[in-house]
Amino acid sequence: MIGLSHYLIVSAIIFSIGLVGVLRRRNLLMLFFATEVMLNAVNIAFAAISHYYNDLTGQMFAFFIIAIAASEVAVGLGILIVLFKKHGSLDLDDLANMRG
Amino acid sequence: MFENFIASIMTIEGAAFYVFSILTIGLFSITVMSKNVLYAMTSLAAAMVLISGFFFILGADFLGVVQLVVYVGAIMALYSFAMMFFDATKDIKEKTTNNSLVFLLGGLSALVLVLMFAAPIYSENIQALYPMHEGVGNAQDVGMVLFTKYLIPFEVAAVMLLVAMIAGIILAGKKMDESLTEDMSADDEILIIKDEK
Repeated sequence: MIGLSHYLIVSAIIFSIGLVGVLRRRNLLMLFFATEVMLNAVNIAFAAISHYYNDLTGQMFAFFIIAIAASEVAVGLGILIVLFKKHGSLDLDDLANMRG
Repeated sequence: MFENFIASIMTIEGAAFYVFSILTIGLFSITVMSKNVLYAMTSLAAAMVLISGFFFILGADFLGVVQLVVYVGAIMALYSFAMMFFDATKDIKEKTTNNSLVFLLGGLSALVLVLMFAAPIYSENIQALYPMHEGVGNAQDVGMVLFTKYLIPFEVAAVMLLVAMIAGIILAGKKMDESLTEDMSADDEILIIKDEK
């Protein structure tokens, strides 16, 4: 029988994959992908807890997380396009110009 | 322990859970590790489809459909359209610093976060705030809670999406008529030549 802990462990593994991506990548687009991975991991945990406690609140939070992810992508991709037009690259090391 | 694993894999739910979890973890690690943007994006989209499978196993039908429509249909389509602005074919060259330390730190901090959030769930006996109803479909149940108890957050989310849409249009649409690659002064020269004639 699959219990709540199974889902929480899978969610933790996916979340740590996303966190490693955020720490490791230097490209802004890849950082966005890693953020999506982390948001999805949290959604799995919410849906699993909602199912095992027979409560709808977890699913509601997952809906709002999806809405926030959609607006984050809309604004973030606009900023990425403007940055790419200005600098010709999305690498964080190229974009850092305030080094003392 | 091992017999339990075999017994759980024999049920449909268990087999689906293990297949989905192995595939999603593999696809997400491709997303995080890949050097090519296109490979990363396609594996991310595939993993999102499989995550909606988790939601269907868990009985959250409406959430699974929303995951398919919004994540796979809208967000990944937005990424693939944005890919036209960037050079997606060439590999990303990144300067990676001390990989093993990053893995250790990422794993440890994720573990600490998960423990922090999972501990209250295990220690207390959580009471269901909005319990699911028997004999009512998931979509109907979600609708009843969403339009009564969560009406104001729902409207705020709608306004937030509108703000994000306007911001996206203004950020990406500014100077959309100018080409990124062609030299704009070339057009002026053509106009000057026309005037001379």
